[in-house]
Amino acid sequence: MPGKTLYDKLWADHVVYTEDDGSALIYIDRHLLHEVTSPQAFEGLRLAGRKPWRTDRNLAVADHNVPTTDRDQGIADPISRLQVETLDSNCAEFGITEFAMDDTRQGIVHVIGPEQGATLPGMTVVCGDSHTSTHGAFGALAFGIGTSEVEHVLATQCLVQKKAKNFLVKINGQVGAGVTAKDIVLAIIGAIGTAGGNGYTIEFAGEAIRSLSMEGRMTVCNMAIEAGARAGLVAVDDVTIDYCRGRPYAPKGADWFMAERVWRELHSDVDAVFDKVIELEANAILPQVTWGTSPELVVAVNGHVPDPILETDTVKQQSMVRALDYMGLVAGQAITDIAVDKVFIGSCTNSRIEDLRAAAAVAKGKAKAASVKLAMVVPGSGLVKRQAEAEGLDQIFLAAGFEWREPGCSMCLAMNADRLEEGERCASTSNRNFEGRQGYGGRTHLVSPAMAAAAAIAGHFVDVRQWPVV
Amino acid sequence: MQFPITNIMQAFTLLDGLVVPLDRANVDTDAIIPKQFLKSIRRAGFGPYLFDEWRYLDHGEPEMDCTHRPLNANFVLNKPQYQGAQILLARENFGCGSSREHAPWALEDFGFRAIIAPSFADIFYNNCFKNGLLPIALPAATVAALFQEMVDGYHLLIDLDAQQITTPSGQTITFEIDGNRKYRLLNGLDDIGLSLQHADAIAAYETARTQRAPWLF
Repeated sequence: MPGKTLYDKLWADHVVYTEDDGSALIYIDRHLLHEVTSPQAFEGLRLAGRKPWRTDRNLAVADHNVPTTDRDQGIADPISRLQVETLDSNCAEFGITEFAMDDTRQGIVHVIGPEQGATLPGMTVVCGDSHTSTHGAFGALAFGIGTSEVEHVLATQCLVQKKAKNFLVKINGQVGAGVTAKDIVLAIIGAIGTAGGNGYTIEFAGEAIRSLSMEGRMTVCNMAIEAGARAGLVAVDDVTIDYCRGRPYAPKGADWFMAERVWRELHSDVDAVFDKVIELEANAILPQVTWGTSPELVVAVNGHVPDPILETDTVKQQSMVRALDYMGLVAGQAITDIAVDKVFIGSCTNSRIEDLRAAAAVAKGKAKAASVKLAMVVPGSGLVKRQAEAEGLDQIFLAAGFEWREPGCSMCLAMNADRLEEGERCASTSNRNFEGRQGYGGRTHLVSPAMAAAAAIAGHFVDVRQWPVV
Repeated sequence: MQFPITNIMQAFTLLDGLVVPLDRANVDTDAIIPKQFLKSIRRAGFGPYLFDEWRYLDHGEPEMDCTHRPLNANFVLNKPQYQGAQILLARENFGCGSSREHAPWALEDFGFRAIIAPSFADIFYNNCFKNGLLPIALPAATVAALFQEMVDGYHLLIDLDAQQITTPSGQTITFEIDGNRKYRLLNGLDDIGLSLQHADAIAAYETARTQRAPWLF
């Protein structure tokens, strides 16, 4: 019998009951909630007279609607405010722990879970948010769910799932200087497409992945969903264990030693069989910039906007034409000739301390270009913000003319007041460049934190590998 | 333990519906229902804002009265011949992006009961079944043929029990669907009630898991 993949092991460890058609009831170890996708789920519980199966497995935080300035003034938009207040009252009513807006631990749900040790190896982690794939960086089976499933998890601590197939994405060798986890994952999406992972759980492996910090691994797994895979995974190693040790929700004492022993088994067997495998060479990956309205429309920074005429698939060709029109770009334009109006450094993809350090290293001693209307840095959590301030990163950003904001999802999806105006172009460290994502008519280019900071200073995209870092 | 199982959503059995062609790949959930409408704490009322940025010429905001907003006459859903359509025909990777169930809520509230495409994003696909909406994945060539065959007033007959689509020319196309999902959709069953029938198994799992991973309990 062939060995098991990491996904096979995680799946098998959580099956409660299997149906005749192969679908299974699987147990959920950690349920994270936020204000946008939970109100209708709590309402469903109330209408049916149901109670949460286990309150202690839930952790809630408001992140999508929260303001990133003048937090003490509350939320100006009454509809946003009601949604956040509804989360507060639902958590109070059902006895669920919530980090309120004025709590230092508040932040983006996918940043605070790992930060608190609420996300641990070997767990199943779900949240009504597609970027729950982030938590797979810990060797946890983590995926986004809809609101009906949020209600289902609350009521049963389980979900009905069909097992996905196994996809191994291996990155051989080491990336060069200036090339980050974000560039790796954008290159992967460029290679396999946004539907490449549909129906699969992707395990990211290879030397380049092993060399990443937990922050970098979270960036990669975060965007597994952008490759179509509901869940991404990285095997557990010393980097994982060291990150988890001592976190508030992590096991202590004898429990820790037992947990560590169990967690160290969380890797695919050497003879495990995957349904699909691709390998990429790390040294061929350069800093990436998306040019279109889907994350797969991506090129290296030294490249050019592609020409749809060269695309033979007519459906893809039409998408490219539409994307160029929406983005206000012409085929053949050099990426480094594209000027930006705004810069956003933040989101569940790139708002952790390492991301802010990388951006600050580029911005240090320099000034934002006059043509750039706004460069904003939005830390992923109150604790990331505090750490960055202890390291003086906020002062570097402020001295360079960037804005230093309060934590939240902010302009990744512009549900709060932070947004692009029609026609504005943004270098963004977020995860989606869809039409209207950062604001009605806004144009998004996805890049790494270092690339975003460099674009803020130069006023256009530049190859950060040639950037003089002080 | 006994728990009631209720019919909470519209059951799906047989549908003879008008088809509207949305000839685009990678239609994402931000396009299906833009983020500003996600601020609602209700489950209903998203239909008027379906495809808001494509459907209207102005910028939509929550709770806006859409009856007098300027329509984008070029957008297929606004064309007179497609009014009352219940089946959406689209290209690959429909519903990619966010997990927002507001996307199937908006499609269902607008009047759609089925979506046909070569492929769907996993979370969206899953969310459809919770809302009486049937996503049907067919080979890309079959979908391309349907796009080609489309004429005004084009209807398809979808028989979920038989897993069969009948075209106006009488051609039949079979489709795949998991038995469990089909059963729940055919009967409009409440997933939670069904899962709670296994409450004893869940409790037993927790007891066993406490031995393997005591730090979680």
